[in-house]
Parts: sequence; structure tokens; C-alpha cells
Amino acid sequence: MYTTELKDRNQKAAPVTTAAEDPVKLAAFEARVAADDFIEPKDWMPEAYRKTLVRQISQHAHSEIVGMLPEGNWITRAPSLRRKAVLLAKVQDEGGHGLYLYAAAETLGTSRDEMIEALHSGRAKYSTIFNYPTLTWADIGAIGWLVDGAAILNQVPLQRTSYGPYARAMVRICKEESFHQRQGYEIMMALAAGSPEQKRMAQNALDRWWWPSLMMFGPPDENSPNTAQSVRWRIKRETNDELRQKFVDVTVPQAEAIGITVPDPALKWNEARGSYDFGAIDWDEFYAVVRGEGPVAKERVKARVEAWESGAWVREAANAHAAKRAHRAAAE
Amino acid sequence: MADPVHECALRLGDDSLILGQRLSEWCGHAPMLEVDLSLANIALDLVGQATLFLGVAGDADKLAFHRDVLDFKNCLLVEQPNGDFAQTIARQFLFSNWQELVFRELTRSRNATLAAIAGKAVKEVAYHARFANEWMVRLGDGTAESRARVVDGLEWVWRFGDELFEVDGVIEPLIASGVSADVRKLRGEWDQRIARTLADATLEMPKPRRAAKGGRIGHHSEHLGHILTEMQFLPRAYPGAQW
Ligand SMILES: [Fe+2]
Ligand SMILES: [Fe+2]
Repeated sequence: MYTTELKDRNQKAAPVTTAAEDPVKLAAFEARVAADDFIEPKDWMPEAYRKTLVRQISQHAHSEIVGMLPEGNWITRAPSLRRKAVLLAKVQDEGGHGLYLYAAAETLGTSRDEMIEALHSGRAKYSTIFNYPTLTWADIGAIGWLVDGAAILNQVPLQRTSYGPYARAMVRICKEESFHQRQGYEIMMALAAGSPEQKRMAQNALDRWWWPSLMMFGPPDENSPNTAQSVRWRIKRETNDELRQKFVDVTVPQAEAIGITVPDPALKWNEARGSYDFGAIDWDEFYAVVRGEGPVAKERVKARVEAWESGAWVREAANAHAAKRAHRAAAE
Repeated sequence: MADPVHECALRLGDDSLILGQRLSEWCGHAPMLEVDLSLANIALDLVGQATLFLGVAGDADKLAFHRDVLDFKNCLLVEQPNGDFAQTIARQFLFSNWQELVFRELTRSRNATLAAIAGKAVKEVAYHARFANEWMVRLGDGTAESRARVVDGLEWVWRFGDELFEVDGVIEPLIASGVSADVRKLRGEWDQRIARTLADATLEMPKPRRAAKGGRIGHHSEHLGHILTEMQFLPRAYPGAQW
């Protein structure tokens, strides 16, 4: 999930322009995309399309990797052997998603190391949701249920996104995200049916994760300048607000089913629209988190940078050893 | 005295559980994404094995989350800190090469349940051993820094190797009745495996030293108490809760 435009409110989004492109090639490209053809790495594509994709896919990859941290925080404290195994498998899946996505982005000519460098220097963004802390075990349930749930809504349409490698990565990823969502909801169910302390944990987790989950879909459509172009290029297939509404509509009944309450007094079923009306999102908070001022943003980036830097000698050793082997093989 | 089969299963289960717990600490912090995934995968296999072995000894969750240090029967090697990546690999190198041999023998156990668990696990562990062996070679025959680090890592874990091959009065009758593997007979093969990989890694075999042991009778290092504090927190803080 993690595919939305993450820019500061004041940072003027560079207008996506295709003015300098060869008009004949551009027209052929646009026609292929409009016909729902897949664009493959060797195909011609406008520079702006390539750039938008690299930004979107790498941001998605970074989100998978940074997302390992809040959940990894609970693996060693999972309350049963089964929960521990399920959580380990889930976090491992997320790392795998990161790998496929980096590989998909690399087909566009940007290396994984360049993308990682951009993450560490703060130039590249990752989903705002992972800048919130996991305080209790219920947060692991809430993340699976809400965050993976939101990811599914965002990613299912991307299985038909116009860039072939991205679309194929999404097909694999979506299957696993559905598991994660169910497992997360199952944790919440167990807590909601448990002791008063466990119920409190579950309700408190929903209280803290609800609004940040809605923010995951990105800024409101009127503030999302490149949505129209991205929809036209089939990089995005539905707008932020459409997806957010879908999320509210599927999630509210799930909360009700287990007897926990969505923390929004304005939430109300609208018979005429066939959807829930919901309260105003705190966009100031959203833009602050995008700017890197989320509650645990510093910890998240620091953890990634430390892992990378303290692992440098391992990567160097692997390269040096591979070079020695190649050298010996050549000498034979 | 408890059923000796339970005791045997407990030792095997605790080894896997504690090492799985240790490896989980790496999650999200490994030197590269591929290694992060491999370590998580190994941890997952180990937690799975622990669940099965502890299930033979009793209620697996109760055993994992409600025993204190003196009742844990894992070897000292698995509770050693991760240290840097080289120390983690050195620990895995000694352990997985041992565990693969033990499980290979255990597939022939007269106890059908233990044999079945080992039959499934031996394939997993063969992968763990290969992973550790390959990294020993990369680090030993990599850069000067990686070599120095893996020498230090090996130095840390070496004293815990002998305990893996100890047999006591609890296990002796199980060996006689064909239930348990006789680890004493595996020492030669393990030594050869270790020597072969160290040679590939251009590393010297560390000198023999006084063995550190006691894990099988609950006499652990200071590390285990902290591992349990973290691992058992929720079930201890909320007695009787279902998760
Ligand atoms: Fe994912
Ligand atoms: Fe997921």
C-alpha cells in the first residue's frame, strides 16, 4: 500500500510533463496503455512514466522493508508458539515483497543500492503508517487487519497496472496480503473475546491505528495533482478518496462484528450513498508524518541506516569472496 | 523421574526454541535483505520444530512460556548472544551441522513420533547447515575484516561444542532402546564437517579448550534468563489469557 503520492503539502509537485517526448512514440504508447496492454522493460516509455513508476515502486518496496520493524518488534514477545510462527512468516513475506518490488523497479534502470540510499538520506518516502509505534500485542492484530487490509484494496487494482513487472509482482503479493489481513483480524477477534485487559488492548489499538490507516490512502483527491495522469497511464486505477471510502465500508462492519468501536463520532451509514459518511481526517498530522515527523520516524530510519551500515563489512566480504572465486575459476 | 522420552524431546525442543528466538532478534536488522529472509526462515523452521518436540513432552505452549531457567534443557550454545553477524554464523555453523546429524539418526528412532518429526526437520536443517557453511567460507575467505570477525565469533562459540556430544544417565537407556540418537558416535563426522568447511574458509581449527556445559541439567549462562523474560512476558503478565 504505499503507492500514493507522498509529498509535503507545500512542496509543489513537479508537473508531470511529456512535452519533450517524440509525439509519434508517445501516441503509440498511450494507445497501448489505453488498450490495457502491458508495458515491458524493453519497450519505449515516456521519461515521466518511468520516473513516476520508479518513485512509486521503490516507495512501495521501502514501505515493505520499513514495515518489518514495527512488527518485528513483537516476534520475540509473541504470546504463543503458533502466533510467533505466523508473525515470523508474515514479516518474512513482507521482506519478500520488498525484494520483488526492488527487482521490478530495477528493470526501470535504477539500482537497489541507489533506492536504498534515497531511503536512508530521506529523499525517498515510505508509507506514513509505519511511523507509528507498536505498543501492545493488539497492535500486531491491528496492523494485519487494518494496514494489510488497506494494502489489499490499494494493490488489487494494481495487478492490472500498465507496467508488466509491477503488475506481476502485485499478483504474488496480493495473495499473501490476504493471509496477513485474515491473521491480523483473527488476533483482534481473540483479544476482543478475551479478558477485560485484552479487550482494552484491542480497543486501544483500533483507537490509535484507525486514523493513520485512513491516511494511508494518501491526500484527498483535490490535493493529489498527479492522480489524473497516473490513472490515465494505468499506474493507478482508482483515486485515493475512492479507495479510502471502500476501506471504511468494508472495515466498519468487521469492527462491529467483534464488538469494538471505530473512534469516529461522525461515522454514520448513508443510505442514499450506500456508504459510510465519516469524520474529517487530520491532514496536518498526515503532512507532518510525510515530512518525517511521525512519532517513531527517527527510530525507523535510524534502524534501517544502522542495519545497513553495520552490515557493510558483510556485503563487502561477500563481494570480495565472489571476486576471488571468479578469479580462481578464470585461472584454471 | 519424568518419562525419559519427554526429557529427550524437551532437550531437542528447547534447542530449537531458544535458537529460533535468538535468530528472530535479527528480523529487520540483517546486513542485507536476502540474509534477513534466510535468518527469518531458519528461525521459523526452528520454532516449528520446537512446537512439535515440546508437544511430545507435554503442552508445548505451557512448556515454552511457563518454565523458568532451571527447567530449560537446551545446550548453552543456542542461548549465546547473536553478537555480530560473524558470531551468529559461527554459532549456526556448529549447531546446524550437529543438528543435521542428530536428526538423520533420529529418523530411525523406535519412537515413531520422534522419527516423523526428525524426518521432516532433517531437510530443513540440511539447508541451515549449508547456509552457515557457505557464510563461514565467505567470511573466512572474504576481507581482512570479515576474517578477523569470524575468527572472533568462532572463538566465542568454540567452548560450547563439546556439550553437544554429552550423554548422561537420562539419555543412556533411550540410546540402548533405540529411541534416542547416540550423539557420541556422531562426533567424528561432525569434526570432519567442521574441519572441511574451515579449510574451505582458509581458517584454522581453534585450539581445544575447557568445555562449557550444564545446559542439559538446567545450569545455564546468564543469557537465558533474559531471553525468557522477553519471550514469556505476555503469558506471564496475563495468566490464563487465550491469545
Ligand atoms: Fe507486503
Ligand atoms: Fe502484508
